[in-house]
Amino acid sequence: MEAGSPSSPRNRLAVAGARATTQAKLRDQPRGDVVRNAVFAGLLLLAVTIALAGLLALIFQALAKGSSAFGPDLVNNPPSTAFPDKAGYRPAIIGSLQLIAGVLLFILPVGVGAALYLEEYADKSRWWNTVIEVNIQNLAAVPSIIYGILGLAFIVRGPLDLGFILVAGSLTLALLVLPMVIIASREALRAVPDSIRQGSLALGATQWQTIRRQVLPAAIPGIATGVILAVSRAVGETAPLLLVGATVFVTFDPTPFGTDGYSAMPVQIFNYALRPQEEFQALAAAGIILMLVVLLAMNSFAIWLRNRYEQRW
Amino acid sequence: MAHDDRARTGRDTREEAAARAGIAVRPEEFRHQRDSGRRERVFELKGVDVLYSGVTAVKGVSMDIHHKDVTALIGPSGCGKSTLLRCFNRMNDLIPGAEVRGEILYHGEDLYGPAVDPVQARKLIGMVFQKPNPFPKSIYDNVAFGPRILGRKDGLDETVEKALRGAALWDEVKDRLKDNAFGLSGGQQQRLCIARCIAVQPDTILMDEPCSALDPISTGKIEDLMIELKERFSIVIVTHNMQQAARVSDRTAFLMVELDADEQNRWGRLVEYDETEKIFTNPGDKRTEDYVSGKVG
Repeated sequence: MEAGSPSSPRNRLAVAGARATTQAKLRDQPRGDVVRNAVFAGLLLLAVTIALAGLLALIFQALAKGSSAFGPDLVNNPPSTAFPDKAGYRPAIIGSLQLIAGVLLFILPVGVGAALYLEEYADKSRWWNTVIEVNIQNLAAVPSIIYGILGLAFIVRGPLDLGFILVAGSLTLALLVLPMVIIASREALRAVPDSIRQGSLALGATQWQTIRRQVLPAAIPGIATGVILAVSRAVGETAPLLLVGATVFVTFDPTPFGTDGYSAMPVQIFNYALRPQEEFQALAAAGIILMLVVLLAMNSFAIWLRNRYEQRW
Repeated sequence: MAHDDRARTGRDTREEAAARAGIAVRPEEFRHQRDSGRRERVFELKGVDVLYSGVTAVKGVSMDIHHKDVTALIGPSGCGKSTLLRCFNRMNDLIPGAEVRGEILYHGEDLYGPAVDPVQARKLIGMVFQKPNPFPKSIYDNVAFGPRILGRKDGLDETVEKALRGAALWDEVKDRLKDNAFGLSGGQQQRLCIARCIAVQPDTILMDEPCSALDPISTGKIEDLMIELKERFSIVIVTHNMQQAARVSDRTAFLMVELDADEQNRWGRLVEYDETEKIFTNPGDKRTEDYVSGKVG
């Protein structure tokens, strides 16, 4: 028998040896690797649990405490100190809705306009555009109470001198979330590929026609997502509103320019929560649930919008 | 006359030479044999340099581009073919720091003159890009975009149909004009971009490697289309594909990368520009011969 034939003893021996080596290599990895893997995965799971536990605890506690206060009175009645079982959030809800409407009216043109300027027109090699850019990033991180003071000094008093009216609160909240809107809109505009701009310009469209008919429509889902997230942040803000005139004892429906005062959901919740009586505590908890539902709904809508209309290039 | 002689015998030498080089030449192109020497000139380039932020990308290009010809720009990567092409419709203006020196005449008019609005120039000189770039809209809206921005809203349906027929796409899309253009295949998208371009009724179409992202069948369709389109438009095409240049173009310009003495800087330089058949069969420059015969590049 030839040494090279497949069935020769030497060949069979070589095959068996190779198989044994391969089997040994395919066995379990070293013990240490397995343990490290498990520990790391466990730590990550812990991080997720902590993050979720906070939210769940809040929801359950609020539900447990606030369930007794749920009912039509909650949204239909104005606040009351004498009859906590009848008190509700009506002026606060109406105030919050009007505040949001004002915020939207302001941030849509200004925020999208600023983003368009920075992305489409600004010459990035100029130093002042870099300064503007860095400042917008910084403004997004400024604490909201600072915006409250700004609103008090420049909008309620000072140059604008609007007084303690709802519109002043709207403008203050709008200034607060404007950097968020600008940043989100810029991201959305940047996601529109240059090939679209070039294709449009190569057809003889002007820069404005290109932006108006191609870039902006393609960026709208992203911009809308950013705007909704910004508004949901504005809805939850309390501190700046306290400084620019949101009051807690508004027993009538507030109006945008009314000088008799206005209220908002988070301010009203804050006020109820400060009171010692059990009934007011329940009322505050119910208000928290109401706000959480609204905020979760808004954020879910933003996520849905993003996934639904996101353009894949 | 020697010139006429060559025109008459051009077909045979070209076919034979193409066969020798193993290049498939389809017969359609021979119907369009022309005497380019006497043709009207669309572009006249005189000592054109292109610089990006002061760095030279293309140096000293002088050439004439003829009316209703297909002119191919070939050469290795980085030789400035696309850069040169983008000078013809002032797309280089959009790149910060880009600068065009020398003179480019368009039908005798200085394209970079102070009175020329680049937006208007781009309406006359259309462009098709390397990667199909349809707008994220319906097929109809893609084609109608040009006429709409020009304010030609009367008979828009006819304009769209005519443009789609012109781009040999009508039969494939006539039943789904309202569908998103992203649903089309790559080759269809590129033909849609061509339709979008001819809907503006330009007089020249620039094509920047229009087939490099397409399969051979789509490429063949677009090449057939180019041969049809040159009845109506002047076409300048940048291509990496020498067979494509040989198949579709009337005149070919060969560009090459040139290095300065210390090999620090590099730029594109026009090596040879002539009738396509001459470039591929009997080039005047050794570098052209090496490139078209596949020895370099």
